Amino acid sequence: MSSRLSGNEAVAYAMKQINPDVMGAFPITPSTEIPEYFAQYVADGEVNTEYVTVESEHSSMSVCIAAQAAGARAISATSSCGLALMYELLYVAASCRLPITLACVNRALSGPININADHSDSMGARDSGWIQIYAENNQEAYDNFIMAMPIGEPPDIRLPVMSCMDGFITSHAVENIELLETDVVRNFIGEYKPENYLLKKENPLAVGPYDISPYYMEHKVLEAEAMKAAKARILEVGTQFAKISGRSYGLFEEYRMEDAELALVLIGSTAGTAKAAIDKLREIGVKAGLVKIRVFRPFPGEELARALAGTRAVAVMDKSEGFSANGGPLFAETRSALYDLKERPYLINIVYGLGGRDVKTEDIEKVFGRLADIAVTGETGPVYTHMGHRSKEDIA
Amino acid sequence: MIYAKDINEHSPWQDLTPGGEIYEPGTARAFNTGTWRTNTPVFHEEACKHCMLCVPFCPDSAIPVKDGKRLDFDYMHCKGCGICENVCPFPAITMVSGGAVK
Repeated sequence: MSSRLSGNEAVAYAMKQINPDVMGAFPITPSTEIPEYFAQYVADGEVNTEYVTVESEHSSMSVCIAAQAAGARAISATSSCGLALMYELLYVAASCRLPITLACVNRALSGPININADHSDSMGARDSGWIQIYAENNQEAYDNFIMAMPIGEPPDIRLPVMSCMDGFITSHAVENIELLETDVVRNFIGEYKPENYLLKKENPLAVGPYDISPYYMEHKVLEAEAMKAAKARILEVGTQFAKISGRSYGLFEEYRMEDAELALVLIGSTAGTAKAAIDKLREIGVKAGLVKIRVFRPFPGEELARALAGTRAVAVMDKSEGFSANGGPLFAETRSALYDLKERPYLINIVYGLGGRDVKTEDIEKVFGRLADIAVTGETGPVYTHMGHRSKEDIA
Repeated sequence: MIYAKDINEHSPWQDLTPGGEIYEPGTARAFNTGTWRTNTPVFHEEACKHCMLCVPFCPDSAIPVKDGKRLDFDYMHCKGCGICENVCPFPAITMVSGGAVK
């Protein structure tokens, strides 16, 4: 059924259709609307979710951990500093192997305090053991949230899933959207049936016991194996989702990559801008293409290397500063993935769009201009650069 | 189901439970924590009147009782805190330095 919803409303609607057992709810811009819409569904009796209002995000994630361990399906939504305040619990959720689903509406981290979109919040949590899936637009935000539970819950995965979208750009902009019927959604996600849970009286369960050195590493290997296995599961769920929706999803989306010589690698809503710029460049004969990373954790390294193998120059665009002084997190992953190729494209990193700094099609065209020069001269120039900021120096 | 009795410090990762979760109660019994001890209580049975004061004071339930009489210490779980010696009204418990059981 067709509708027009903001990204937040679309995710809240997906939550309503899922009808989870528990929501840990705490507001923070720009994700506030998600628990707000959901509270209305609870008040109107449209869901029978236990809606737990808490005093902080540390507690909302604690609620989710306790509920999921008890055998319930638990969800939450947050942004920016809220995610940062959950940091300790993110690791607990993942290492206790509790497949909680979290809507992360990406926003810059303080400070200086800023409420607009970038990926510094979820990128800061990239090594916490959560599966991370990013949306380009409202439709993907809705679809990804519905796919999250079937991805995270199977016994060989058992990992929490962070379903991300760009703050305001996606969360607050109203777009046309195709919604699934509620019974189709419920049938798709099915019942949550963990083998063991706290409320199962047959075998009392201890969750998160103290793990001494002779055991801890083995448990981390188990967790790492689950993350590796998640890749195949994500593809499997994407195929199943295509059958009910007609929309198919992989680990990343390749846009006009068949014969691309110059390519971008980026995450999130900027993909829409990049596609428009690429269409324009294609009209004048530039072989431009885009790889939009959908799944950042597990990182599709081998698949990405194959996708970029035929290109000559690639710009990896990071919407977060890693402060590594060696490029952003997406750049680090991409460069690492390309190392195993016999013949690698030239690679540059562009950190852009921090704290909601706008990126236009002209900016993307300039990036392709830089890539075209690199492809001709074989000189990358500075590899780790910023874009869209004011400077006394000329910026490419 | 993986049971605690089937897991030890030599088990490969494939044989452990996800997140280290435990599916039975009371598994601490199987775990030797007596190695943490730096002082050790010695039980002098001839001086013991079996008043049972030491038993509830033991924070680790390391004093077994059978047929109304306390037995020697459960050194697999005793941490050597010395509370038993402190509450004993008789010279039935003395603490010695070191974790080894004499």
